Amino acid sequence: MERAIEHTRPQRSLLAEEFSTITTLIRRDTKRFVREKSRVVGALLQPLIFWLVIGSGMSSTFVLPGARGVDYLEYFFPGVVVMVVLFTAIFTTMSVIEDRHSGFLQAVLVSPGSRASVVLGKCLGSTTIAFVQGLLFVMLAPLAGFDLLAIDWPLLLCALALACFGLCALGFAVAWWLDSTAGYHVVMSLLLLPLWILSGAMFPAGNAVLAELQRFDPMSYAVSAVRRAMYGGALPNSTGVVGGSTLIELTVLAGFALLAAGLSVQLCYRRR
Amino acid sequence: MSSSIETVRATAPSVAEAFAASLPRAARLEAHGLHHRLGGRAVLDRVSFRVQPGEIFGLLGPNGSGKSTTLRVLTGLLVPEGGQILLDGQPVAAGGRRLRQGMGVVFQSASLDARLTARENLLLGAALYGITGQLARSRADELLAFTALTDRADHLVVQFSGGMKRRLELARALLHEPELLILDEPTTGLDERFFREVWERIELLRVQRGLTVLLTTHRAEEAERCDRVAVIDEGKVIAEDRPEALRQRLSGDVLTLEARNPEGLCAELAARLQLSARIVSGKVVLERERGHELIPRLIEALPAGRIDSLSMHRPTLSDVFVKLTGRSLQGGAAPAADEGA
Repeated sequence: MERAIEHTRPQRSLLAEEFSTITTLIRRDTKRFVREKSRVVGALLQPLIFWLVIGSGMSSTFVLPGARGVDYLEYFFPGVVVMVVLFTAIFTTMSVIEDRHSGFLQAVLVSPGSRASVVLGKCLGSTTIAFVQGLLFVMLAPLAGFDLLAIDWPLLLCALALACFGLCALGFAVAWWLDSTAGYHVVMSLLLLPLWILSGAMFPAGNAVLAELQRFDPMSYAVSAVRRAMYGGALPNSTGVVGGSTLIELTVLAGFALLAAGLSVQLCYRRR
Repeated sequence: MSSSIETVRATAPSVAEAFAASLPRAARLEAHGLHHRLGGRAVLDRVSFRVQPGEIFGLLGPNGSGKSTTLRVLTGLLVPEGGQILLDGQPVAAGGRRLRQGMGVVFQSASLDARLTARENLLLGAALYGITGQLARSRADELLAFTALTDRADHLVVQFSGGMKRRLELARALLHEPELLILDEPTTGLDERFFREVWERIELLRVQRGLTVLLTTHRAEEAERCDRVAVIDEGKVIAEDRPEALRQRLSGDVLTLEARNPEGLCAELAARLQLSARIVSGKVVLERERGHELIPRLIEALPAGRIDSLSMHRPTLSDVFVKLTGRSLQGGAAPAADEGA
């Protein structure tokens, strides 16, 4: 008898509902990003200038131990690719806070999709943007002396995608927790910039202590994997994480992504 | 004769059917003993009410009374510490999917994406409920027309006025054809014209689609337009009834007389007409059933010039709220008590 009172509404499957939420959020964030041309250009121009200024300034004094002939602009380039991804991830994930303040988030949270899908949709949307920005920057690699055709593309795409997703998921967790854009910037800068500098993006680990620290920095694995891919799979000597390999780097990045996503989902279910 | 009785019997509902029809229909939405504390203070104190199918139900109370918390629970944004929610007689999990599926929500604060156009906002809203393609476009067009926004469909929402945004929110809440529409303070901050516009549409929806509406308000005149009202204060539902019935809790009409000598007038009323009047801030106030019948008697009984003015008003829900709680609706929340633990 109880069943008979069911509504006439066509019942959609659980999966269809979750899928709607995820794809809708991805489409919305990407649409907004493309609409703001200044953001697209800014996200490329700033790292380009950064790379040129710091790269050419350092190139006269920089000598890569054990791999002479790698000039600094070349060494620095993979690090800047990761920086592009990092900054884009930070900026796009911040929209979680804007969405909360503008009230849009409420409208999403009362729709049928689960909160896990909200997290996934937001993170995948930001990931898409960061990934595309990263790839656009990689297209400038010939400026640093890399041959686009010699790049290990599958490795590069995998490493970038995993790094983007991990960073976006981490950003989501911080954004959900903090609820203020200023605070979000402080936390993300304090958390991620040191990790990026330590990662080998700017200089290889010069001593054993730094090398050991690098092994606990997920960003090192991102920089290492991107650099490895840029050189077609083989890293120049004394760059990259100690004891690293393609498999280890991708595994660490995947683990980081999973952990960050898990944290975000968990935070999101604590209703706010 | 006997054959005609047989015919009647055949067409009459069976005893079981008649019994079933006599049972109260399951409420569309029923809140039962909702309980929640924040910082040691009970923001919801066993809140219960029933919203019948097809009715406009109002939660009336001042700011901070627990109305918005109740809505947050009903829309799944907040999981209460205790209580039960029933949709059409079936218990549903607080914060659960079933609860979210069947309702459209218009929040008090804006919840649109200001950097998208009106139409894009509607299509986005529809997609969140799995409505895409031609169906989404035709529903969006239909609702843009319904909310008189067709000519602004492709403008960015950031350029919209407060009233236009509120109408667009209403349109978005209706995209998935919900059984229950939830409106949080639907006309707060809107001028009289928008107040009427929003209410015309709410009433039209009820008539056209049999939509059930649950709204919160702190405006007595808005609560008057509901079919039934739950009066809520300090997290408790203190009355639930039709506005008319709530008003009848006051003994009748309120008559206010102004005179140069109110005390003398009071004594005169008692002596001549056996009326007990009170003096409230220099005016003589009478609470009396069928006040309109008293007015000619007063005029006749009192010598000309004895009173300067005489007015009568029927008790409003504002008066009812004062009577029930000792506080005014406009006064806002009770002073924050330091009972947090």
